[in-house]
Amino acid sequence: MALAGYVLAILLGAGGAAVGGAGMLGHVWHVSWPWLVPLGGLALEMDRLGGLFVALVGATSVPVSIYAVGYAGRERRGVLAYLVFVAAMLLVPVAANTMTFAIAWELMSLASYLMVVQHRTRESAHAGWVYAVMTHAALACWLAGMLLVGAWTGSARFADWAAPMSALDAGARSLAWALLAAGFLVKAGAVPAHVWLPLAHPAAPSHVSALMSGVMLKLGVYGVVRASFTWLGPAPVWWGATLLLLGAVAAVSGVLYALADRDLQRLLAYSSVENVGIVLIGVGAALAFQASAAGPLALVALVAALYHVVNHAAFKSLLFMAAGGVVRATGTRDLEAMGGLVHRMPWTAAAFFLGAAAIAALPPLNGFVSEWLMFQALLQNVRLPMPALNLVFTVAIAALALTGGLAVACFVKAYGIAFLALPRTESAASAREMPGSMRLGMAVAALACVALAVGATGVVATLAPIAETLVPDAASVSTRGGLTVDVSSGFATLSMPAVAIALVGAFLLPFLALTLARARPSPRRYETWGCGRLLQTARMEYTATAFANPFTRVFDFVYRPVARLDIDAHPDSRFFVQRIAYDNAPRFVVDEWLYRPAGRALRALARRAAAIQSGSPNRYLAYVLAALLLLLVLT
Amino acid sequence: MIADAVMALLHVIVVGAGAPLLVGSLRTLKARLTGRRGAPVWQPYLDLRKLFGKTPVVSVTTSWVFRATPYVLAATTVVAALAAPVLSSRPPLGFAGIILVMYLFLLGTFFLALAGLDAGSAFGGMGSSRAVAVAALAEPTVILAVFALSLQASTTNLGGVVERLAGDPQLALNPAHLLAFAAFFIVMLAEAGRLPVDNPATHLELTMIHEAMVLEYSGRYLALVEWTSAMKLLLFLTLLANLFFPWGVPHVRTPVAILLGTAALVGKLAVLTTALAVLETSIAKLRLFRVPELLAGSFALALLSVTAVFLLR
Amino acid sequence: MERLGAQLARQVRARFGRSLHIRQVDAGSCNGCELEITGLTGPHYDLERFGLHFVASPRHADCLLVTGPVTRNMAEALRHTYNATPDPKLVIAAGDCAGDGGIFAGSYAVVGGVSAIVPVDALIRGCPPSPARLLAGLLDALGRRR
Repeated sequence: MALAGYVLAILLGAGGAAVGGAGMLGHVWHVSWPWLVPLGGLALEMDRLGGLFVALVGATSVPVSIYAVGYAGRERRGVLAYLVFVAAMLLVPVAANTMTFAIAWELMSLASYLMVVQHRTRESAHAGWVYAVMTHAALACWLAGMLLVGAWTGSARFADWAAPMSALDAGARSLAWALLAAGFLVKAGAVPAHVWLPLAHPAAPSHVSALMSGVMLKLGVYGVVRASFTWLGPAPVWWGATLLLLGAVAAVSGVLYALADRDLQRLLAYSSVENVGIVLIGVGAALAFQASAAGPLALVALVAALYHVVNHAAFKSLLFMAAGGVVRATGTRDLEAMGGLVHRMPWTAAAFFLGAAAIAALPPLNGFVSEWLMFQALLQNVRLPMPALNLVFTVAIAALALTGGLAVACFVKAYGIAFLALPRTESAASAREMPGSMRLGMAVAALACVALAVGATGVVATLAPIAETLVPDAASVSTRGGLTVDVSSGFATLSMPAVAIALVGAFLLPFLALTLARARPSPRRYETWGCGRLLQTARMEYTATAFANPFTRVFDFVYRPVARLDIDAHPDSRFFVQRIAYDNAPRFVVDEWLYRPAGRALRALARRAAAIQSGSPNRYLAYVLAALLLLLVLT
Repeated sequence: MIADAVMALLHVIVVGAGAPLLVGSLRTLKARLTGRRGAPVWQPYLDLRKLFGKTPVVSVTTSWVFRATPYVLAATTVVAALAAPVLSSRPPLGFAGIILVMYLFLLGTFFLALAGLDAGSAFGGMGSSRAVAVAALAEPTVILAVFALSLQASTTNLGGVVERLAGDPQLALNPAHLLAFAAFFIVMLAEAGRLPVDNPATHLELTMIHEAMVLEYSGRYLALVEWTSAMKLLLFLTLLANLFFPWGVPHVRTPVAILLGTAALVGKLAVLTTALAVLETSIAKLRLFRVPELLAGSFALALLSVTAVFLLR
Repeated sequence: MERLGAQLARQVRARFGRSLHIRQVDAGSCNGCELEITGLTGPHYDLERFGLHFVASPRHADCLLVTGPVTRNMAEALRHTYNATPDPKLVIAAGDCAGDGGIFAGSYAVVGGVSAIVPVDALIRGCPPSPARLLAGLLDALGRRR
């Protein structure tokens, strides 16, 4: 039963990938059932952008569902929700009017909510509660935006919006944009609306996390892209600048919190915040360029953003799958209870390693290509003669560079502490490798990471026409000789196959040279050098907390840690210490400054409002009468 | 095609063979400045030859990461050498820009930091943590400093930057250029593990950064690690020399031009090496948690440089 | 024996002749020898000019320079250090204590000379040996001094 469900999901994903792929390449179509539901009925419309996201959802759910066969096993709970989740995500990008979009989006949110609370623990209940609140606050935002636009334009159909919206004044359009963007950014996990992410991902089963992080967040980005580029007419510069700054903040703070975290899955969740930030930098840059009549540059930025969306789906789903295997095998999410898994779970370790290198944007993997493109787009801001905007761009460039460096640190920590050296606990020492289907799922995602890098020219050639539907302008990202990506005719070029070949060649070079020179005596194995100490234990290893310490010190204005030191001394002498407890946990500024006060205000308001609810039927009848009178007066 | 292959070979030979000489001369210069005679300048070659002949000892707790890392370091450094405008402004990987070069070095750092953790000794972990911290904090400065250059040259291609800047007669007087140079010089010190960020000659584990990560390496693995770190220093000095003083870098690939270019490079490197030796003998190592302040300072310089370009355009 | 010795000297010179990295191991010394060894790195003796260099890890070393009578607490550490050093390697015992325990010989806390724990290739006598003597001994061990 469970198996059949996941096989169905694989087929659904493959079908979605095929249909989406066709749409992405220009095979557009349109269907509608106006009688099915009120308010415009159901309508689906495939265009290139929608096709890209449908293909992305489909292609990602294939390896993830293969993985789920082994991961979820015979567990029946959640199978139906998983199927609905995948199907709803496939529908969101092709929804053509408000009603269809709302139905698909709500199905997606509810199905993912059910899977977040699936384990029925206190922790998952809390995560689910926060997720539900955030999602529905977001729903209120974007639905209000859509209804406003619908009222102004007199149509619920998205395609009818652009022309009448362009005629409206900037204030109204900006109000609609703010509502729509705020709603979608919550789903995308942008700071400060990211709070549900680090709670929901550890709570949900890993294949669900892989899809939520890999593609569901991207549908939030999809919403932002649609709203900003096609629905509301020409965008003013400040929309782009806002997204740029939001993206920069999300990228840096996401990776900083990931770096400080000990929980493997929460670390990956924060890293998703970071990557969504990078995508938003690209989208914001594209928007700002377009508003400044620099269409070719907007195209570069948008291609970079879409490329990163695709890449993140590949490596984040890979990382969540590998992390799920590790958590399953060790029974813990705490990095400091793992260690040495590379010897016990070589396949999972290899998969995580590849994903870590890819997400840290290291060449010759896919993350590097999209970050490289992003840099090239941002660096060209000099062509805009607007000093204030140039400054915003410079901040984004610095943020992106810092993010790149911090991501390397973060994934060195994640891989090094979890997989290398000695096991830190019994359960880590007795961990077993994952079954075949889980390995197969990871292998597919890993191959995608390599293919998306080496085939960079193909990806760019596919994404450029999609971006051109949003930024109709001269082609500025081209491919030369089939192997080289060329940005803005010679501003920057990159040939990933050449980099890959050069790296592999240069890797083998010293190998061959040493073999030829007969200078490769096989190494002698002996204990780690520890200054002559008698035995090595895992307690001597560097911990995740210690590893992150330089960063928590340098960035303490972000973490605002509260250091607590408890020392229990022997009752007879304070020099004999029995126990030391040290805690240096980061505080979350957003929680403290935004959500707690908001929650308090809401509760206070609710207490006031409770006075209305007296329980007396006469009083309620009086309310009804008052409401009717008010309506009569008003109309 | 053949010209490319010959250029590639020349790059590998010049960078590979020149790096030990550079480090040897630097050490000898520092010894002379402190009143010692010091080892001969070719000492690093002797050290490397000896190391390649030894039987390495590898810790029992390590994985493939530990053994692959020296080769990966070699690969990233060699590819970076092929991408950098060392002998002419048309390097073999002519499409490359600074972003590729920096991320190649980050790939090396990624592996080396993992190798530091692999043996499970506290020293290795300490070195890894510090090394990635320095690398991460240096990253924005490098990108912004080169951004300032590419703003003036309107390309991020390294060879293109060299060619366009060489044609600018007022380059040396441009405040943006000087600020970017200062910023890049500071991050060079950090990236190549020189004083005041890291002391390459330290024996004290608690002050180490690079050295702590490689404490476990021996034999040919150590030889590769040391060799590539020398090559990294050479490459950073070359980038400083050829990007910020682009005069004398040939724009064509004729043998005479390459020869002259090599001579010019040697001259510029000699000046930079002497400056580095004088600097390293006259300052003390910074406390570890003062290093971020230094890097923040270099970031501010780079930011000023970019702002200066915007103001002066 | 004579021929064997000459052969060994040649081999050592061929391998380490102009590059020898030394790890100093204090196996229970009074630190007298260490003071003299520190003198080697200064401008007067400057052992680096011979291609000799002190390193931070036995993994990097070709030669262990062991001082002090080997105390019971340091015996195992010394053995570890020896095993941690990649082959081929030299062990040089410096100071009278390292030779046979010196004035500490026979103490309950002392195992005996360095050769009681690890094979010793050369011994530099003196209590403590002066830097000049240490240098001469090191160069002798390398077969470089006639």
